[in-house]
Amino acid sequence: MEAVATDLLLQVEDLHKSFEDRRVLKGVNFEVPRGSLFTVLGPSGAGKSVLLKCIAQVLSPDAGTIRFAGRELGEEQAAARRDFQRRSSFLFQNNALFDSLTALENVALPLEQTTRLSDREIRERSLEALRQLEIEDSAALYPSQLSGGMQKRLALARAIVTRPELVFFDEPTAGLDPLRRNAVFTMIARYQRQFGFTALVVTHDVAEALVASDRVALLDQGRICFEGTPSEFSASSHPVVRSFRDSAEALGLAIAAIRRPPPFDQS
Amino acid sequence: MLHLLGRQTLRIVMGFGDFALFTGRSFRAAAHSRRLIRRVCRAIYEQGTLCLPVILIVGLFTGLVLGLQGYYVLNRFGSEGLLGALVSLCLVREMAPVLAALMLIGQAGSALAAELGIQRNSEQIVALETMGVSSHGYLVAPRLLAALVAFPLQTALFVAVGLWGGSLSGSLLLGVESGLYWSSVEEAVRSRDVRECFLKAATFGLLAISICAYHGFHADRCRSATGARAVSAATTRAVVHSCIMVLVADYVITSFLV
Repeated sequence: MEAVATDLLLQVEDLHKSFEDRRVLKGVNFEVPRGSLFTVLGPSGAGKSVLLKCIAQVLSPDAGTIRFAGRELGEEQAAARRDFQRRSSFLFQNNALFDSLTALENVALPLEQTTRLSDREIRERSLEALRQLEIEDSAALYPSQLSGGMQKRLALARAIVTRPELVFFDEPTAGLDPLRRNAVFTMIARYQRQFGFTALVVTHDVAEALVASDRVALLDQGRICFEGTPSEFSASSHPVVRSFRDSAEALGLAIAAIRRPPPFDQS
Repeated sequence: MLHLLGRQTLRIVMGFGDFALFTGRSFRAAAHSRRLIRRVCRAIYEQGTLCLPVILIVGLFTGLVLGLQGYYVLNRFGSEGLLGALVSLCLVREMAPVLAALMLIGQAGSALAAELGIQRNSEQIVALETMGVSSHGYLVAPRLLAALVAFPLQTALFVAVGLWGGSLSGSLLLGVESGLYWSSVEEAVRSRDVRECFLKAATFGLLAISICAYHGFHADRCRSATGARAVSAATTRAVVHSCIMVLVADYVITSFLV
């Protein structure tokens, strides 16, 4: 694993979010170093996606502070929020590609709408992004004509075409088989190194996250209960970390108990 | 009972306020939206060219029916020569803007509500916001601006085809002299009537498209359903509400202008 720069790109302090009576985030704290691949782990329904959307300014947190490159993002800091949106991008769980636009048009969209580049420059940069993700042959195809893996790469091409400093990945491997999960994490790690962006990933796939990430955090019941390196995570004796990390082993024990023959009845 | 009535009233007032803010925000976003003209042209194509067949068919048959009904009424008083005036005034002042708007709601408005609903469901709208692109400016504003152009043009076409339909049934089938029909049209219609017609068409267009866009854009707010059912419910609400509002607006505008 490469050395990670020590300056912080993102700081989250005491973040709270509720939906009516349901408290999802109950004071989340963590820091993401610049240039790192930071993964937030947690079981389904732990609030990982809500956390990511609060940081990405898609949802408004009820309380707490988010700092991007040292600048606070809040309702009143419109300029800081615009700057943050310009320098970050989001890769959705279902890719959120525009199905009425071709692959090239999907990638060109953020450039067309947020920059003053000429049509020729936009086309060149979009094709370049497609080429880097090895899907330039599909430039004229619609998302529905692409395979699941190609759609994921197209979504990543759209996310990186604006050359962001921070990319959010919301459950990038949800619903994929182990081989595809590996492929997606390899893709994230490879392009994160290649393009030098900071990646904030939320997932519940422990094994892949531990191999690919520079730092991991575990979200449980609305709070971060562990933050550290993958090796620290593997060595941690924190009960929640252990139960999450050793879930496969626990499953094996549970199944063995079910399959164990009942004791011989002597009566 | 009183509590329920108050709550419902508040809900409706808040709904109107939210809708007004949505429309205002969309127009404001248009000022900052890039490559807007291109998307407005695309929306004019969707609301104009794609809806042309339905406008032509409904316009023609409205004119044919008006010609027939008008002839039998006027015939009783020996005033068949005024058939052109009756058909033209009915079309220009009332029927063309209303019927064209209802047809466009059925075709373009429902499609818009469904499209935005699906985009909301599949997080495409949220994706725009995360890119720093105003979803109001990108998705709604071009459609609103296009409605200001497409609805009056479609209404004008409706009037033209309807007049021709009236002439067909009056002159060709019932024997009213063609020259008499068209001179009666020319004498009856004044520039004030045409202005009123275009004013109504633009207002109905703006109302219909903004209501359809509003419901589609907020398809996720549906409490009784989620997913595809929420989109279907939003589309139904969009069509029903915009039809009602077009008829209400028609009454209000007519009462001020008559």
